[in-house]
Amino acid sequence: MNQLQPTWAFLTDPGRWSLILERTLDHLGYTALAVGLSLIIALPLGLWVGHTRRGADAVLAAAGALRALPSLGLLTWLTVSMSMGVRLPLVPATIVLIILAVPPLLAGIVAGMVAVPRHVVDSARATGYSEAQILGRVEMPLALPVMLGGLRSCVVQVLATATIVAYIGLSGLGRYLIDGLALRDYPQMLAGAVLVTALALVVDLLLALVQKTLQPKGRVS
Amino acid sequence: MRWGWIVDNAGRIGDLAWAHFSLSWPAILASFFIALPIGWFAHRHARAREIVVVLTGLLYVIPSLALFVAMPLFLGTSILSPLNVIVAMTLYGLALQVRATADAFGTVPGDVRQAAIATGYPAWKRVLSVELPLAGPALLAGIRVVSASTISLVSVGALIGVASLGTLFTEGFQRSFPTQIIVGLVGTVVLAVLIDAALVLAGRLLMPWHRRVG
Repeated sequence: MNQLQPTWAFLTDPGRWSLILERTLDHLGYTALAVGLSLIIALPLGLWVGHTRRGADAVLAAAGALRALPSLGLLTWLTVSMSMGVRLPLVPATIVLIILAVPPLLAGIVAGMVAVPRHVVDSARATGYSEAQILGRVEMPLALPVMLGGLRSCVVQVLATATIVAYIGLSGLGRYLIDGLALRDYPQMLAGAVLVTALALVVDLLLALVQKTLQPKGRVS
Repeated sequence: MRWGWIVDNAGRIGDLAWAHFSLSWPAILASFFIALPIGWFAHRHARAREIVVVLTGLLYVIPSLALFVAMPLFLGTSILSPLNVIVAMTLYGLALQVRATADAFGTVPGDVRQAAIATGYPAWKRVLSVELPLAGPALLAGIRVVSASTISLVSVGALIGVASLGTLFTEGFQRSFPTQIIVGLVGTVVLAVLIDAALVLAGRLLMPWHRRVG
């Protein structure tokens, strides 16, 4: 327990705050970049699979298999074997985070779309809605809560894993863990652990609030 | 790929695979057995279930590297102790398995439970010899997910110096040697597949009445 005092001193030293802020923003930046790019991949694919209800099992199985790969292994392998890997570590780091982010996103989108009752879609079609209208005005609004659940778990997982990109020389809050380890500076490591956990909890809480606010009114469940 | 390196280092790769296995199986087993009573309790009491869902959700938010680093503070271990990784992995396993256990007991049909009560089963015997076997297939599905995620996450322990197949990632990175990293990746996947097969086999032996899980 005598480790707590130096950790507290580390965190409350105003001289460190600007660097902590900078690394927090970097951490959030890596997360946002990866989640944004993943949305570009997962959203069209998920909506297409969910709307046509074709190949949902195959897509989900492929996405699940990708998750079994250890992120640290993928990260080090891409960095070492890509030609720009060491010069531009952001590229392999973002690829790894995208591989991590796409499965929960896809799962949320497909699960939400598939859960829309068949007869609701069919009635919309019978009323003369075009396929695009069915997708935009019927399926997507009804699937939104489940999709947001997928987005939340995706963001939280990417944020947690973005800790290890410090290992290939990037910034982010993982820096304190990796640097502290190299220097055998346990208080610094512990401070990093506290910071990254706090950031993850805050982001998770904010997303939970967004999820609650966007929940369509009048839904039972 | 430099195949020669694999042949030359087969012994070391085997040792690391064994270390990886030794870090994984205690965590997988411990989360299964600790989750049983907690999950059963959460299944019976709605309030307990809410608390469990919130707590396990929070636990899963904590990055694994941060949890490994924080462990010595709670366990009084050294930062290099494998115990940090095992306990941290057990906590992650619990986060998944407690919910799976509560849902598994939820799949037991209500009328079967009623029938057991009507035939005069004492409560503990009803839980152990009626509810538990019926919840078995869903429990197995849960522990298979725990096993896959544990084996994948254990490798992060290499960053804090706990040897596993993840050590091949850090060493391969420091030496810019992709072959070594690929061996680690393939080894991790093979280990995950083997343990999964063992779990499925255990399920077949323990639940001979249950044909196929899906």
